[in-house]
This record gives sequence, C-alpha cells and structure tokens, in this order.
Amino acid sequence: MKDMKSKTKRPKLKKFLVSLRNSKMGTMGSVILVFFLLLAIIGPIIYPFNPQVFGTGREILNSPSMHHLLGTDDMGRDVLGNLIAGSRISLLVGIMATLISMIIGTVLGILAGYYNKRIGSLIMQFTDFFLVIPWLPLMLVLAVILGTSIWNIILVIGLTGWAGTARVVRAQTLSVKERPFIERAVAIGSSGRHIMVKHILPNVFPLVFANTILVSAVAILSETTLSFLGLGDPTQPSWGMMLHYAFESGAASIGAYWFFIPPGLAVVLVVLGFTFLGYAFDEILNPKLKGR
Amino acid sequence: MKRSYFIKKVFQALLTIAAILVFNYFLFRIMPGDPLQSLMRNPKATPEAIEGLKKLYGLNYPWYVQFEIYIKNLFSGNLGMSFLYKQPVYEVIGSRVLPTVLMVGLAEILATIVGIVLGILAAARRGKAVDVASLSFSLITYSMPTFWLGIILVSIFSVSLQLLPTTGLLTAGQSYSSTMSMLVDGIKHLILPTLTMSLVLIGEYTLLMRNTLIDVLTEDYITTAYAKGFNEDYVIKKHAVPNAMLPMITIIAMNTGFVIGGAIQVETIFSWPGIGRLMYDALTARDYPLLQGIFLMITFAVIIANLLADFTYGYLDPRVKQ
Repeated sequence: MKDMKSKTKRPKLKKFLVSLRNSKMGTMGSVILVFFLLLAIIGPIIYPFNPQVFGTGREILNSPSMHHLLGTDDMGRDVLGNLIAGSRISLLVGIMATLISMIIGTVLGILAGYYNKRIGSLIMQFTDFFLVIPWLPLMLVLAVILGTSIWNIILVIGLTGWAGTARVVRAQTLSVKERPFIERAVAIGSSGRHIMVKHILPNVFPLVFANTILVSAVAILSETTLSFLGLGDPTQPSWGMMLHYAFESGAASIGAYWFFIPPGLAVVLVVLGFTFLGYAFDEILNPKLKGR
Repeated sequence: MKRSYFIKKVFQALLTIAAILVFNYFLFRIMPGDPLQSLMRNPKATPEAIEGLKKLYGLNYPWYVQFEIYIKNLFSGNLGMSFLYKQPVYEVIGSRVLPTVLMVGLAEILATIVGIVLGILAAARRGKAVDVASLSFSLITYSMPTFWLGIILVSIFSVSLQLLPTTGLLTAGQSYSSTMSMLVDGIKHLILPTLTMSLVLIGEYTLLMRNTLIDVLTEDYITTAYAKGFNEDYVIKKHAVPNAMLPMITIIAMNTGFVIGGAIQVETIFSWPGIGRLMYDALTARDYPLLQGIFLMITFAVIIANLLADFTYGYLDPRVKQ
C-alpha cells in the first residue's frame, strides 16, 4: 500500500481485503457486523418471537431463568426473542436509511463538485443549511409531521443524514476533476453526465463507501433514539422500542437490568462494529491519511 | 479580523435564518389534518363558531398573507399560543431556558477541560496506556445512545447505591430549613444529568483534541522547535497546543446542535425541566405552536453559536487577520 500512484483509477480489491485483514480495527468491526448480520437474518427463524403474545400477570418483568434466558419484559414477553427480532429491524432501518442518505449525498456532492460555480454553490448552501439545523429536533419534527410508520422513520433518518456525505463527496470530486484524464474526456467532447458517471463516480466511490459505514452507525443510533422518545413504529419490536418500554415501565427503578441492558448493549456493539470498520476503511482508502 | 470576513459570515447567518423561518412556516403547514380540528376538538361546533375561530387565528387568509402575519408576529415576539399550557409560547419557553443552560453549560465546561487534558495526554503518549484507555473510552461513549448512558447511571447511582435522586430540579414537596440545604439538594439533582451529558462530550472532545494535536505535531514548525533544542513539554505546551485549539474551538461551537440532541434525551430521562424536556412534552401532546417555537429557538441558538465560532476563529487565526 506504499505507492498509490500506480493505481490511480481503481484500487485492487484483493489488496484492499488484505489490508483490511491486517488492520485490527477492520477485523474486529467485520466480525461484529457479520455476527449481527447473521443474527438478523437467521435468528428470528431459529428463535421466533411474536410481539403480540403477552405473558400472564405473573410473568411480567421476571428475572432471567431457564425458561427465559434474558427474563421477560413489561408485558411478559421473552426479552431474548425480542432482542433477536430487534436486530433485524434495527439493522434494516439503519441500512435502508443510509442508502437513502448515501444516494442523495453522492448525487448532490458530485453535482456540486463538477458544476462548481453557480449550481455548486447553490447546492452547498442547501447542504450547509441541513448541516446547521440540529439533527434531533429536525428528525423529531419531521417524524411528528410524517407519522411514525417504519417507512416514514427510514425516510426521516435518510432525509436528514446526507449532508456530511455531500460535503465529503464534493471535496473529492473537486480533486478528481483536476486529473488529466478528465481534461482529456472533456476535450474529446464527453457530456457532463458521461464524465460524472463513468469517470468521477468510480474514483469517488471508495471514499463514499467509507463514509457510508460511518453514516450507518449514526442511522442506527438515530432509530434507537427516535423509538425511545416514542416516535418509533409501535408495531416493530426494535431495540429502540424495547428501551422505550423499559423506560416507560420504570425498569431502571425496579432494577430489571435484563430488560434495559441487552438492547442498549446490542446497539453499542453494532455501532462500534460500524465505527471500527469505517475507521479502517478510511485509513486504507483516504489518500490524505496515508503516512500518519 | 478582516471586515469582509465579518460581513460575509453575518450575511450567511442571516440568510440561513431567513431560510429557517420559511422552512419552519411551511413545515408546520403541511401537517396532516385540519388545524381547526386540533384547535377545537369539538365535533358539535356550529359553522359560525368555526368561522369565528378561523378569523381569530387568521386562517381564512391566503397562505402568503398568513406568512406575512407570521413574520410580523415573530418580530414582535409573538410565537402563538401553546395548546398544552394555554399560555403564550414565548412565556412557556422563557420559563424553561435556565435549567437547560445551567446543565448544558456545566457539562460543556467540564467536558471541554477534561477532554482537552485527556486529549493532550493521549496525543503526547501516543500508543501507550493512556492513549489506548482514552481512545477506548471515547469510542464506547460515542457509540452509546445518550439516554441509555443516563439510564445506566440512574440504575447504578440512584437505584443500587441510593446516592442520588432520579428526577427534577429539587425534591418535590420538600421544605428547606435554609438556603444552603436547598442548594445542596439542587446540586444533588444536578449531578447525574450533568454527568451523563459530560461523559458523552468528553469522549468526543478527547478524540478531537488527540487527533488535532497529532496532526499539528506532524507539522514542520514542530520539528524546527525540537531542532532548536526545546524539550517535549515546552514544545507541546507552547507550540502545538495553541495551534490545535483553533479547530477545537470551532468544532466545539459547531457541536451545539448535537449537544441539543443530547440535552433532549437527558432531560427526558431525568425529568429535568428544561427546553429539551419541553420539546418532548410538546411532541407527545402534538402541541404544534409550542413545537414550532422551540424548533425556531433551538435553531437560532445553533446559528448564533456557529457565528460566534466563526468570529472567534477569525479573531484567533492570524491567517484571517488583516
């Protein structure tokens, strides 16, 4: 990885994976994320959970036992089952919202970088506007207005999280634009759209990918917070909703640690996983960080 | 700082504020449902009563006239009537600002001091125990939802150890024999919320200071300083840190938006009677005028904080001076 000049257009995939494996953070992050991904996909199938099935009065907030490995929640449901089912929802929301943010951010970033003068500065003003508005109040307000179905939540998180990506992509586009092969493409008459898609996008993509991983971390935190504050989809037993019910039912005051610790811990682990992976990607792919 | 820099920053801030006003106006007008419904909640209201109410709230005018009224009201400090509290929004918000400023202010001061010190230590002894420990700490608090940290602290300090109270500014219904005892009670209530906010911020500021300082230490003038024979302590204190403070200050001020998000969570958990908790209550009650007012106020605060950060940067950075 010492000399990037010989690989200007596309970093080789195998070299990348090797350096990923060499990075401690990279491996840790990947392991964590793969674990949760498998949990989300296979978990609910092996260990099903039905949020509609409530326990009897005597089964409310039971401490962990052989029957319920993580105890029961405020409605007598199995906490472990909820945890596993929640992984699917939290990850789904995080990934889909990130996809929306990434698409908006990349498109606007490339446009702003390529058409640098008037359109670019207009787009950047718009982006800065979104960067200034505090994230949680904006999301809260949008969620109140749009409603709290799971798709609205995904939309709300996606629509508020693209500004950082746009900034980063624009900076990278500006630097890629200066390269000689772009000048050649313009000289032979390639259209703006062709250049942006075929030349700029592939060179911007690695950085976008690294950025996306970090955005995913924020997206999952956002869903957890929104659900906790009561703006989540009540029909979806995500980790955030678990924490919401834990707080509402006073689990902390009673000392029902099995109810409020596992979902929070799960969120922390997943976010850590994304953060580690994102940092590792950033170190490998970001040309500015080399040689630190 | 250069006059042109000053003017440009103020102009940008004003532009953003104007955009926020427009955004805020339309945001709450596209909400589903007839605003009249939420105002009246009485399905038996007569058509005359509805018309009267419409005229009272100016809802019978076209949208651009309503916008004009909205702007005029804004400038005279009229933010509407809260549904929930049946008081002018301005008053409701005003009565809740102080607790938030108190808690957040304390947390920021604490976090800035500890964060800077830890960051310097981590950068100076890079790769060693201090560095690894503070990095791990930062990463973990950064990955935690703020409210979850609060819940954990409550369960440790309030439930298990029974040391600190869980909610409010002061103990409800308590009469105090002296001002001193009231102060002590208030401080006991202040500790956990402030601690929760601080821990999250410390994580972030430590990371920031460490990374900024590491960047600065790779600069040429640092090597020059060492070549001149200064020892490590001196170089770090007098050359590296002042240069690292610049981006630190900017980012701390720009962080205000994020801090507000944290404050909303912390105040909700601890029933701390501040702006954050107010927003949560307004949210639950769907009190749109109050929501709109709070949103406006919070955004203004963030924009002003950013502006002040820009000014401080312009003042401190010699490259921006005349």
